[in-house]
Amino acid sequence: MTTLFTILFDGVAYGMLLFVLACGLAVTLGLMNFVNLAHGAFAMTGGYVCAVLVNRSGWPFFAGLPLAFAASALIGAVLERALYRHLYSRSHLDQVLFSVGLVFMSVAAVDYIMGSSRVFIKLPAALEGQIDFFGVGIGRYRLMIIVICGLLTAALQLVLARTRFGSRLRAAVDDPRAASGLGINVPQVFAFTFAFGCGLAGLGGALSAEILGLDPYFPLKFMIYFLIVVTVGGSSSITGPFLASLLLGIGDVAGKYYVPKMGPFVIYTIMIVILIWRPNGLFGRSAVR
Amino acid sequence: MTAQADVGYRARQHARWHWSEIAFWILALSCVFLFPSRYLIMTDIVRLALFALSLDLILGYAGIVSLGHAAFFGIGAYSAGLLALHGIVSEPVIALVAAGLVATAVGFLTSFLVIRGADLTRLMVTLGIALLLEALAVRFSDITGGTDGLQGIEMQPILGLFAFDIFGKVGFLYCLALLFLLFLLARRIVHSPFGLSLRAIRNNPLRAAAIGIPVNRRLIAIYTLAAFYAGIAGALFTQTTALASLDVFSFERSADLMLVLVIGGTGYLYGGLIGAVVFKMLQEVFSTITPQYWQFWIGLVLVVIVLVGRARMHRWALWAPNLIIRQFAGRKAVVVVPESDVS
Repeated sequence: MTTLFTILFDGVAYGMLLFVLACGLAVTLGLMNFVNLAHGAFAMTGGYVCAVLVNRSGWPFFAGLPLAFAASALIGAVLERALYRHLYSRSHLDQVLFSVGLVFMSVAAVDYIMGSSRVFIKLPAALEGQIDFFGVGIGRYRLMIIVICGLLTAALQLVLARTRFGSRLRAAVDDPRAASGLGINVPQVFAFTFAFGCGLAGLGGALSAEILGLDPYFPLKFMIYFLIVVTVGGSSSITGPFLASLLLGIGDVAGKYYVPKMGPFVIYTIMIVILIWRPNGLFGRSAVR
Repeated sequence: MTAQADVGYRARQHARWHWSEIAFWILALSCVFLFPSRYLIMTDIVRLALFALSLDLILGYAGIVSLGHAAFFGIGAYSAGLLALHGIVSEPVIALVAAGLVATAVGFLTSFLVIRGADLTRLMVTLGIALLLEALAVRFSDITGGTDGLQGIEMQPILGLFAFDIFGKVGFLYCLALLFLLFLLARRIVHSPFGLSLRAIRNNPLRAAAIGIPVNRRLIAIYTLAAFYAGIAGALFTQTTALASLDVFSFERSADLMLVLVIGGTGYLYGGLIGAVVFKMLQEVFSTITPQYWQFWIGLVLVVIVLVGRARMHRWALWAPNLIIRQFAGRKAVVVVPESDVS
């Protein structure tokens, strides 16, 4: 029974992490219909920025996290303005090729600068070890992830549903032409959203170094996971990807625990079955315009 | 001339062999004598060309964007490897066909998954299938050899006559002959009414369905055929390198393949062949500059190609050759890359 709770807890932490990593992609891929396979590269950037700050410059971990966010968001904003925006209207094939190219470049560049071995971020002592909670061992680090990611999710939901920016974004996504006719600066909204999504990915990357492992192949290894979150979750709201990431997280942890030999086999099978059963995602309306 | 006769006339005109095609194949064959010391890399190019030809069939002609075409390559590679390793079918050509048929079967079964859904779902499903097979190959490492791959494969002489030599001359000729045969078949298929109907589907599936083309069945057929081609390419890989390892399924292989095809251009069959030559040369150049990090430059090429635009890049590349051709053979003889509007 306690193992079940531990698995559940770890799975939720993992899922929440995936959500923070992938929710930027949910907007670009799910809402703006841009196939951005390079999303993981932004996450990796954040992770490495945090690692360098904490390990080499001796910054505290919690100061590194916002900077991971800022660095990824900045790079995302620059790339969006310089490159991505030219490709919104291009074919999916072009978008795939472009983002795969970015992935290859980021992998090789990080390998060149930082070396190919796995990087660990030094954690403060308060985050290490476990808390015993009615006999269930709860990792402090994972608890922190759940708290941070939970707060972020709630904030995102609020921003999207309640604020003026949220309604602008929803309008811009639903019908860009009508939205720009109403005076909404659609490219600006997209650019801002893209940068923010990249920032979140960077934050997720920094947080995930401990759990997922951070090495130059991060964007390739976890690309499929991000895509699963978005395609399975659908794009009608932020709730779909959120539930999908929780499912994926719990499924993956449970799969690794109960049938370790099958590896990622379970996840891929479930993904294919879901996509065949509901091509637009479990919780979605049409994901493709 | 009625509209129907006109279409038929144009289709036949298009299907006729152009002199530049004949020149291309003569050039390919003459590589045997031109570069006697480079058989290994040329074999590599021919294999890649066959693999790219396979992707061209579904991407260029049917408009299916696949991120996991390495799945069939891997199936072919492992099938050929296992057949040779356990001595089930020791004759290479028969083993090759058998491996191709295994890939065909897998292609047929997975095609039902692929034709459902739009672009994005297809991307995910094809990628998922390749990853799934890779995971399976890891799981059943007692059969596949796991991360070490299949080792100790010994190839018997082709047709019992030509033994593989250490310089790779026989291997190269074997691959080239197969490429030519399969190319002829592909050429025949894409110029047939079946191939024309595929193009109609690529350009507008709804309209194609409205004029009575059975869209799903055509897509299943071409996807299965492409799987056969990819399987053969994979089997050739195993037979000429005597090796099959997990990286035959890797995502990089599928991604590189798209680059190959995009360099050469989609939808006219020669794209994959030309692309393979250019890609391997680029790879050679890049790995002499920065041995470990050549992927960076490959990525850069991809980004630049997309930003410049595929059609424009091909116009630039053909500008100088066409200038010369125009001097000798007049305006009509200029070479153009027919760009398909894959979306």
